[in-house]
Amino acid sequence: MSTRSNVSASLASSISMRAVAAHAVLITYTLIALFPVAVILINSFKTRKAIFRSPLSLPDSESFSLVGYETVMKQGDFILYFQNSLIVTVVSLTMVLLFGAMAAFALAEYRFRLNLLTGLYLALGIMIPIRLGTVAILQMMVASGLVNTLTALILVYTAQGLPLAIFILSEFMQGISDDLKNAGRIDGLSEYRIFLRLVLPLIRPAMATVAVFTMIPIWNDLWFPLILAPAEEVKTVTLGAQVFIGQFVTNWNAVLASLSLAIVPVLVLYVIFSKQLIKGITSGAVK
Amino acid sequence: MGSLSLKDVHKSFGDVDVLKGINLDVEDGEFVIFVGPSGCGKSTLLRIIAGLEDETSGSIEIDDAVVNALPPTKRGIAMVFQTYALYPHLTVRDNMSLGMKQAKRPAAEIKSRVDLASSMLALDEYLDRRPAELSGGQRQRVAIGRAIVRKPELFLFDEPLSNLDAALRVNTRLEIARLHRQLAATMIYVTHDQTEAMTLADRIVVLHDGRIEQVGTPMELYNAPANKFVAGFIGSPQMNFIPAQILGDDEAATIGIRPEHIKLSPDGGKLKGTVSHIEQLGGDTNVYLDYGQADLISVRLFGQHEFEVESKLSADFDAKQSFRFDADGNTIV
Repeated sequence: MSTRSNVSASLASSISMRAVAAHAVLITYTLIALFPVAVILINSFKTRKAIFRSPLSLPDSESFSLVGYETVMKQGDFILYFQNSLIVTVVSLTMVLLFGAMAAFALAEYRFRLNLLTGLYLALGIMIPIRLGTVAILQMMVASGLVNTLTALILVYTAQGLPLAIFILSEFMQGISDDLKNAGRIDGLSEYRIFLRLVLPLIRPAMATVAVFTMIPIWNDLWFPLILAPAEEVKTVTLGAQVFIGQFVTNWNAVLASLSLAIVPVLVLYVIFSKQLIKGITSGAVK
Repeated sequence: MGSLSLKDVHKSFGDVDVLKGINLDVEDGEFVIFVGPSGCGKSTLLRIIAGLEDETSGSIEIDDAVVNALPPTKRGIAMVFQTYALYPHLTVRDNMSLGMKQAKRPAAEIKSRVDLASSMLALDEYLDRRPAELSGGQRQRVAIGRAIVRKPELFLFDEPLSNLDAALRVNTRLEIARLHRQLAATMIYVTHDQTEAMTLADRIVVLHDGRIEQVGTPMELYNAPANKFVAGFIGSPQMNFIPAQILGDDEAATIGIRPEHIKLSPDGGKLKGTVSHIEQLGGDTNVYLDYGQADLISVRLFGQHEFEVESKLSADFDAKQSFRFDADGNTIV
C-alpha cells in the first residue's frame, strides 16, 4: 500500500515537473515573441526624448505623450489607409478561402486525368516566392491599367495565398468520409450544396488556420503596395506609416503610433479565427 | 414495386476488372445479401446499384426501368452506410428529414414520416440531439431511420453492423430482420460476415473475384454448395477440405466435410490424427486434429467434451454428408 502511494506520488511529481518545464519553455517563447510588440506599444505613448533615453521603461507622468497619435491623425489620411488595408485583406482572404476550398474539393473529391499533376502544379507556388515575378506582374498591371488600384493588390494577394490554402485544405478534405458525401448525394443534395453545407462546416477549423496564415502576410506587406499602388488614395497602412520614415529624419512617435494602430484590426480578426484555429491545430492530435 | 435486375454489369478501375459480368434478378420484397471476402466487388456492386459509381457496361433496372443514367436520388433507393454517415451539424430529426426537404415535400408529411420512423426505431427521445451525442448503436438506428423516411423502393445496406460491438450487432441484426417484415420492402445488404448473411437473408449471393459463385437460400448454399469456394465460405467453423487420395477416392480431387458432421472415436474411423488444440465454448467444443497434412481437421462437437492435447483420435463421417469437388473446385453431383 505504502509502496503504491510512493509510486503514485513520484509519478505525480514527475508529471508536475514536466508540466513546469513545458510551461517554462512556452512562457519564455511567449515573452520573446511579445517583446517587440510590447516595446512598440510602450514607446508609442512616450515623448521622443523618453523613447531614446530609456526605451524599455513604461511611460510615466513626465514621459507620457500622445504626440505620435496626434501626428498620425493629423498627417496623412490614416482612416483611408486603414480602410484600404481592410478592404484588400478581407477581399483577398475571402477569395483565397473560397477558391482554395473549391480547388481543394475538386482535387480531393473527383478522379480525373492529371489530378495529381494539377495538385502539384497548384502547390508549386508554396516554394516559389511570388515576389520573383514582380517585374512581370507590374508589366501586366500596367498593360491592364490596374496600377494604383486596390484590385491589383487583391489579385496579387489571392494568387499568393492560394497555393498554401489548396495544399492544406485538400489534405483536410481527403479526411472527410466519402460515405457522408454519398449520403448527401442520395438525399438529393447537389455537388454545390454538398460542398457548401456538408464539407465546408466540417473543415471550418482548417479554414481558420489558412485564414490566419494568409491574412498576416497580406496585412503586413509593404512590397506590393509600394510597387503596384503607391498613390495616396490607395495606400495601405504599412505604406502610409512609411511617410514618417525619412532619409534624414524619422518621426519615431508617429511611426510607433501608426504601427500600434495597425496591430488592432489584425488582432480583432485573429481573435475571431483563433478559437477555430486551436481546434484546427489539435484536430489531428485529439480524435 | 421494388424489383431489381442487373444485366451483365461490368466495372473496371483502369486495367483492373472489379466486376466481371454480374447477372441477377431480385424480386419485390426480397431480402438479398451479397457476401464475399474483401475485395470481391460486393461494395462496388452496391454502389453501382445506388448510382454512386458508374458501371463500365451493363444495365441496371429498378422496377423494370433502366436507371443507368439516373442520379442516386432519382433511383428510389435509400442507403445505410457502415460509418453511419450522419450529418454531424444537424439534429437527428433534420438528419432524417433532409432528403424529403430536398425533394420539397410538405412539412406535415415530413413530420409524420419522421415520427413514424422514430417510433419504429425507438428514437423519439433523441430527435433533438446531434449525432455526436449518440452511441454507436443509436447512430446506426438514425441512419436506418433516415433510409426509412425516404420510403424507397430499394433499401441498400453497406456492412451496417461492422462498426458495432458484438452484443449490439446481434440486437441490430434482429431489428433489421423485424423492419424487413414490417416494411415488406426490398433490401440489398452487403456483408463479409457469413453469420449475418445466413440469419437475415431470403437469398444469398456469394461473390468472389468479381463473379457470382452461387445464388440461393441460406440452406441451399449450406446443403448444396456449387463449388469449393461457396462450401468454404458458408458455415462456421469452415468446412474441412481433405485431399481425396487420402480417403481412397480417385475420381474427386478434394473431399469436403463440415466440422459438425465429423464424429470422434478412440479408433476405427476413416482418418487418424492427434489432438492439436481444443476450444471449449460451453455449448460446443471445437477440436483440431493434426492428420499429417498442411491443414488441421476441425471438428465441432455439441456439448462439453474433454480430450488431452497430443492424444490420438480417429475421425469418422457419413459419406452422404460429405461433398466431392473436382480439380477445378466444382462440386461433383
